[in-house]
Amino acid sequence: MEQAHHGAEAGPKQRAVEIGTALLTLGFGLIVLYGSVAVGAGWDGGPQAGFFPFYVALILCGCSLLNLVSGLREAREPVFAEYGQLRQVLKVLIPACIYVALVPSFGIYFPSVLLILVFMIWLGHYKWPLAIAVALGVPAFFYITLERWFLIPLPKGPIEAMLGL
Amino acid sequence: MDMILDNFNHLYHGFGIASDPFNILLMAIGILLGVIIGVLPGLGGANGVAILLPLTFSMSPTSAIILLSCIYWGALFGGAITSVLFNIPGEPWSVATTFDGHPMARSGRAGEALTAAFTSSFVGAFFAIVMITLIAPLVAQFALQFGPAEKFAVYFLAFASFVGMSKEPPAKTIVSMMIGFALACVGLDMVTGQLRLTFGFTELLNGFDFLIAVIGLFGIGEILLTMEEGLEFRGKAAKIDPKVVWKTWKTLPKFWVTSLRSCVIGCWMGITPAGATPASFMSYGIAKRMSKNGKNFGNGEIEGVVAPETAAHAAGTAAMLPMLALGVPGSPTAAVLLGGLLIWGLQPGPMLFVEQAEFVWGLIASMYLGNIVGLILVLTTVPLFAAILRIPFSIIAPVILVICAIGAYTVNNNVFDVLMMMVFGVLGYLLKKTNYPLAPLVLAIVLGPSAEEAFRQALLYSGGAVSVFWSNGLVSSIMGLGVIAGIWPLIALLFAKLRGTSAQPA
Amino acid sequence: MKHLHALGLGAVTALGMTALSMLPAAAAWEPTKPVEFIVPAGTGGGADQMARTLQGIIAKHDLMSTQLVVINKSGGAGGEGFLDVKGAKGNPHKIVITLSNLFTTPLATGIPFNWKDLTPVAMLALDEFVLWVNAQEPYKTAQEYEAAIKAAPDNTFKMGGTGSKQEDQIITVAVQKALGKKITYIPYKGGGEVAVQLVGGHINSSVNNPIEAVSQWRGDKLRPLCVFDSKTLPYTDKIQGDLSWSSVPTCKSAGLDVEYLMLRGIFMPPGVSDEQVAYFVDLFKKVRETPEWQKLMKDGAFNQTFMAGDEFKAWLEQSETIHKGLMQEAGFIAGN
Repeated sequence: MEQAHHGAEAGPKQRAVEIGTALLTLGFGLIVLYGSVAVGAGWDGGPQAGFFPFYVALILCGCSLLNLVSGLREAREPVFAEYGQLRQVLKVLIPACIYVALVPSFGIYFPSVLLILVFMIWLGHYKWPLAIAVALGVPAFFYITLERWFLIPLPKGPIEAMLGL
Repeated sequence: MDMILDNFNHLYHGFGIASDPFNILLMAIGILLGVIIGVLPGLGGANGVAILLPLTFSMSPTSAIILLSCIYWGALFGGAITSVLFNIPGEPWSVATTFDGHPMARSGRAGEALTAAFTSSFVGAFFAIVMITLIAPLVAQFALQFGPAEKFAVYFLAFASFVGMSKEPPAKTIVSMMIGFALACVGLDMVTGQLRLTFGFTELLNGFDFLIAVIGLFGIGEILLTMEEGLEFRGKAAKIDPKVVWKTWKTLPKFWVTSLRSCVIGCWMGITPAGATPASFMSYGIAKRMSKNGKNFGNGEIEGVVAPETAAHAAGTAAMLPMLALGVPGSPTAAVLLGGLLIWGLQPGPMLFVEQAEFVWGLIASMYLGNIVGLILVLTTVPLFAAILRIPFSIIAPVILVICAIGAYTVNNNVFDVLMMMVFGVLGYLLKKTNYPLAPLVLAIVLGPSAEEAFRQALLYSGGAVSVFWSNGLVSSIMGLGVIAGIWPLIALLFAKLRGTSAQPA
Repeated sequence: MKHLHALGLGAVTALGMTALSMLPAAAAWEPTKPVEFIVPAGTGGGADQMARTLQGIIAKHDLMSTQLVVINKSGGAGGEGFLDVKGAKGNPHKIVITLSNLFTTPLATGIPFNWKDLTPVAMLALDEFVLWVNAQEPYKTAQEYEAAIKAAPDNTFKMGGTGSKQEDQIITVAVQKALGKKITYIPYKGGGEVAVQLVGGHINSSVNNPIEAVSQWRGDKLRPLCVFDSKTLPYTDKIQGDLSWSSVPTCKSAGLDVEYLMLRGIFMPPGVSDEQVAYFVDLFKKVRETPEWQKLMKDGAFNQTFMAGDEFKAWLEQSETIHKGLMQEAGFIAGN
């Protein structure tokens, strides 16, 4: 198994990420600000729909600016995460994102089989028979418990339709 | 006094009904189903009870409510399991359990954490049932005092006792909380009936459900953090010790103060009816301030599991009382049970205790028995669940991802929520790495809408006069407590200074 | 004075039944997989209760060959549920139960749908509205209460109700117009909560549905003053003392000329065949004959009007116009 090398490996700087996060929250605050003004943020015999989110957004923007300033003041050296570590994170994040992106069109079962296969074969280096057993077993378990016992329909795609489920 | 004796008499008959073998069997089935429902993603107590409700049509009302309420207790017990093991709270009131429960699991103490959680749940629920037995009618009267202004005061108190205690920079704590409030505003504004912050996207009609945020922030975020440190789950080293239950029990009695305090907070919040979620947060916040080990909360303190679990279950149980006596559901699950009562031909309300004494006291007796049966059942599963953490990460991680996705979908039967969950996951990783606390964000999403609603209802009532929050003894004393709780850190600091200066001259 | 002749339609029911019986008996189509039953409201509310009761009745009496699965889609005052059905074009395995938000939600929020985007199946019943006050208040009759409102300055009296710009507030606005005095409307999440707030004295009156407040009446905590229907209710079982639903006068007879009833109906997605619609009409006709359904009707003092086909469509048409007019007058139409 690949192990992250601890020590002086390079990586994105904590300072940059702090600044980025502050900008992100600031941007979010501005969107909320815009949205609440659009529905009316005044006091019309009581607070209007946008009153509460408006002030929330104001405070959000203010504090984001404070965080931005303190981010700018931070030392330049500390590393957010080493590239090796980030690679590890991406190894999960990318398949997970693909998985989530597949769900709307393929339902939840088929992508789940793929996800578990990818994890076990590619990351866990398991043998195919075990991987296939787990990959089919887990979705089958959820199909039986949720759809059959508790009558909760989960999203399904063309493959389930083909099988007539 | 007569009233209490009368109640005991009724209760005695109730036990006669509840201990009928068929009803005991229903209890065991209910608890087991409930635990499964609590553990399975997205199948919260409310869903579980709603799904099984039609099955109870052919039973007697007493048997039916015993089955359904035991599913509820089981789901409450089960909710703690995923919180501790995977950092995924299945219900709003399990969120505070993750703060110390999951760190315990990571350091190989999952068995201890689960035992503490289950036992505390039991203690909290039991305390609340005793209270219901003794003073049910009085309590129902007290609940009637709570209009919008009083409710807002309770939420204010819950916020005030939880905030102002994180070690993260204040500006970051505030940003985190404000993000939560803003997300909670998205969707339909209940008071004006207007859509807000949806920007014309029909996907946003529903707003951001707390569960989606929590599954993403806590569940997915946790997986990403774990990956950063290499492919292993640190709980893997955990030894499975069948005696863990006894060992943990020996340590629990020394938290009796925390436990009692949490019981009282829980009962009070359950009746008011603010509900179990603020109770758990408030109890955790106060325990953190009062405890000797307060500084270590969040790193796996067993007391940090005891406090929220006790309060949540005391509240969850106490919330049954306003439901029966007044017909106001204290929780979504109670709302479904309420629907059940109507379908079985019982009308909850002031006359239920008089006209349907057999049903009411049968139910109360079944709460006693159901919780005892439940505790025994779930404790036997502790070693089993602790063993799950021994499964290698490359198998358990994709399974958790699938569970998260199913959970996110089933909240609103909406595929868009699954995408949102992933966004929250990345956000959770980012915020955690940059030192933003996540708890205030979650607290704000959970309580924000109710607090805003109560605030605005109160102002509609008063015609816009803010003085409504000081207009009577009840509301002003709760607001006063809230203010004290909010500035407590300052008071504590002042006391420490005073003691410091008075010590020096001596 | 504005009449709310929304739904006073008892007499035409018989006509509807004959129209139905002309449809081909026991349609050839049958569901082949579980049918999703969308509830455009949260768990525990009136629509949800009715849907789950229907589910229970259908399962208990084996009225359908496959299962009925209840799904709540409450987002955006139910808009989410309606959009979901609207988007499921031609899917016969999906039905939706509606309340008045079928009309009010698109008008109040601008969410893009209209009942014409769906296929009407049948009206199951109509829900009544009753004017309630706390039993400790001195007002014994609607007239006394009206006089008190008229005598006091604007906004002295507070009316609680479920949601905003929905049925309860529409009635409040109509009452306001009828009396010529402003009443403060305070929205709550659910009908049960409103009833309890009224018991606790945090509001002066409510327009709760019978089933939401009947137990408080039985306990002598609340008092019904009048019912917003064109005729008194037919249910004569004693509820409080010697009083029954049938002893509650109509609001019109009490000098408050307001009528309003709420639709409890079933719709299907657009583009389904007549055979498929006929199957569900037939199914719900069978449901109406079960003792459980009749008990629910009695407990909730429902107006048992049943309609399907063209008659139902005509009713919807008329009801939509009325809602539009009311909402326009009250200023509830989404701005833009």
